[in-house]
Amino acid sequence: MRFSIYRYDPDKDDKPYMQDYDIALEPSDRMLLDALVRIKSVDDSLSLRRSCREGVCGSDAMNINGRNGLACTTPVSGLREPVELRPLPGLPVIRDLIVDMTQFFKQYHSIKPYLINNDPPPETERLQSPAERAELDGAYECILCACCTTACPSFWWNPDKFVGPAGLLQAYRFLADSRDQASAERLDNLEDPYRLFRCHSIMNCVDACPKGLNPTNAIGKIKDMMVKRTV
Amino acid sequence: MAIARRKFDAVIVGAGGAGMRAALQLSEAGLKVAVLSKVFPTRSHTVAAQGGIAAALGNVTEDNWHWHMYDTVKGSDYLGDQDAIEFMCRQANEVVYELEHFGMPFDRLENGKIYQRPFGGQSQNFGGAQATRSCAAADRTGHAMLHTLYQRNVRANTQFFIEWMGLDLIRDEQGDVLGVTAMEMETGEVMVLQAKATLFATGGAGRIFQASTNAFINTGDGLGMSARAGIPLEDMEFWQFHPTGVYGVGVLISEAVRGEGGYLLNKDGERFMQRYAPHAKDLAGRDVVSRALTMEIKEGRGCGKDADHLLLKLDHLGADVINMRLPGIREIAIKFAQVDPINEPIPVVPTAHYMMGGIPTNFHGQVVAPYKTGPEEVVRGFYAVGECACVSVHGANRLGTNSLLDIIVFGRAAGNQIIEDLKKSPHHKPLPADVADRTLARLARLEGQKGGESVAQVGATLRKTMQAHCGVFRFADMLKEGVTKIGEVAEQAAQTEIKDKSKVFNTARIEALELDNLAEVALATMVSAEARNESRGAHARDDFPERDDEKWLKHTLYFRTGRRLDYKPVRLKPMTVESFPPKPRVY
Repeated sequence: MRFSIYRYDPDKDDKPYMQDYDIALEPSDRMLLDALVRIKSVDDSLSLRRSCREGVCGSDAMNINGRNGLACTTPVSGLREPVELRPLPGLPVIRDLIVDMTQFFKQYHSIKPYLINNDPPPETERLQSPAERAELDGAYECILCACCTTACPSFWWNPDKFVGPAGLLQAYRFLADSRDQASAERLDNLEDPYRLFRCHSIMNCVDACPKGLNPTNAIGKIKDMMVKRTV
Repeated sequence: MAIARRKFDAVIVGAGGAGMRAALQLSEAGLKVAVLSKVFPTRSHTVAAQGGIAAALGNVTEDNWHWHMYDTVKGSDYLGDQDAIEFMCRQANEVVYELEHFGMPFDRLENGKIYQRPFGGQSQNFGGAQATRSCAAADRTGHAMLHTLYQRNVRANTQFFIEWMGLDLIRDEQGDVLGVTAMEMETGEVMVLQAKATLFATGGAGRIFQASTNAFINTGDGLGMSARAGIPLEDMEFWQFHPTGVYGVGVLISEAVRGEGGYLLNKDGERFMQRYAPHAKDLAGRDVVSRALTMEIKEGRGCGKDADHLLLKLDHLGADVINMRLPGIREIAIKFAQVDPINEPIPVVPTAHYMMGGIPTNFHGQVVAPYKTGPEEVVRGFYAVGECACVSVHGANRLGTNSLLDIIVFGRAAGNQIIEDLKKSPHHKPLPADVADRTLARLARLEGQKGGESVAQVGATLRKTMQAHCGVFRFADMLKEGVTKIGEVAEQAAQTEIKDKSKVFNTARIEALELDNLAEVALATMVSAEARNESRGAHARDDFPERDDEKWLKHTLYFRTGRRLDYKPVRLKPMTVESFPPKPRVY
């Protein structure tokens, strides 16, 4: 199978280049990550992040034939050749397929991604109905792989100002939690021309999410909450 | 070469559930703590835990911690230390409620309480009816827990060293631990991290096997570092093979599938577990179920054209239950087994999953080793929790959902113990002159190596050898040969050659350093397994099919130097309740 892979090692390369690989895959190499591991067994300099190899850790997000996705859950069988692999767009490249995710996590941290509840905790669990808990479905499952945020043109333009779909999905996860008491503060935190409102419902995020989540929908709900509290 | 040094009150290596639970305790106490992780914290392998965390909340069926303790002792095939097991089970409810208060998104029952499901080996009344003890967030409990712990650490301003790999343990002449050497992966820079307390929470080492549910990062780094620094490794012959890994891929299919009512079938469509465990059936101990699957395949009742796997049926649960309680399993089955479990069964095989052994500790998380006066002297300044530790609550076989409990209970306990210990010894001890010599020698060797085999090749041989010689059933001749072969692999691992010499994010170098650790773990496992002439829990010997309490009711200690074995007694005396004496283990 033929691959064309983005290579850049700042230790020796002046500029990035695309390297071609033609590699015989074994029948057990079903996912793109299997193929990359096989390439790496021949060329150990190819650098990428990977860990769980089952789509829950979020390490091996990359741009695959022009679309963001996880290498470990992308079957090789459906890929057009040569398979063109690039690092996630919109973030600085450290080396090869490894990007610097500082900006991404800075935005995640900016939404205060933790439950805020200042009541003294009860002896047992706080109660939450199944319906209240169901509000978190579609939001808590995010794996922070950054496929969505780095597919978002609004994030490309304003990575320092726009929270981006992943961060906003988590903002919604806490706004939607019946146990959280900081809704007003959370909405204040997003009330500016950029942090939330740079989302123009382009919906690349929905298309890119390897977990089938819908950040645009969550962002819409946050905007509704903003409107509701002003009227 | 001058190496940068930094000082902390505590250094934690590993940011999975155990490391982050401990970090939270230390950060909230105002200590200066550094948490090192090879990956961003939410990518640690805790994230892949599926089914739940055990605690006798009694939200669904009547339950109490003492029954949980009994089940855990029995599940361990009586090799678990009963003081540690009592400690864990008594604290379970409190730590689970605490996680809920932290914001963990548990599923809920109609009355608003935490949802619980049945899991293997759980009983009411000391071996009676099935208990319902595993607290769950769908089938993503580990993910929910790990993210919650990371979030809580963000709130507590914990200092993370992300994409840093611990390389070697620093000990002085008295044997006290004074920190670690570590490498920043992005720059290749090596640093000495000096600490009054060093806590290992480096997780498992399932990557020593070819078919494994484990992530690539699970390379036993903490065990390798400990072994190289003269700390023994305990009970390394005990590896859990999970009954249901996806056939041909290894990805885990949670026991929650059977907890929710799924069951295993052979090629005749027979629900064969009722022959092996008439009472508990598909919810017997994992060791029992894995052996049953292996026997079915051996005796020709496997499925598929090669008759080499079994089927896990759950379509009868209905689309609603599957979508609500097992959505991750459905996703995995569709992606990795190309079957939708709403309509079709999932092809599964026993797959290496969990290391019951590890760095010996007491239930305060303090590392203990024989030194002068006894087998369990505290190694000052050194702590270990989670899968890398052997406390030992799992003994010879871990019960499902006891691992998430283990990491939280002992992560918290170790944090508390470190806080107490630092009150008594608030100063840094001086570092020895040779503080980074071992690390620098390893790196220099790798840098200059010519003509060695590739890391990929040696790694493949290692995994293949472990799989063939030290699997679900073990044979004397295969083990003996395995010791020789793994010894050869370890020699090759010490002479691997990497082509990539870049300083920047050199993953070839990282993998070579990981292979050093895998080799230590593999050797310890094979040597320990070859010596234990009995069958207990996950260690099933063809030539010694029975458990032998007279000779073998004891923990193995493996020492790297000379590949020497020693043994220490099992702690049969609990903290407050009566001991559960060994008896035949039937499900």
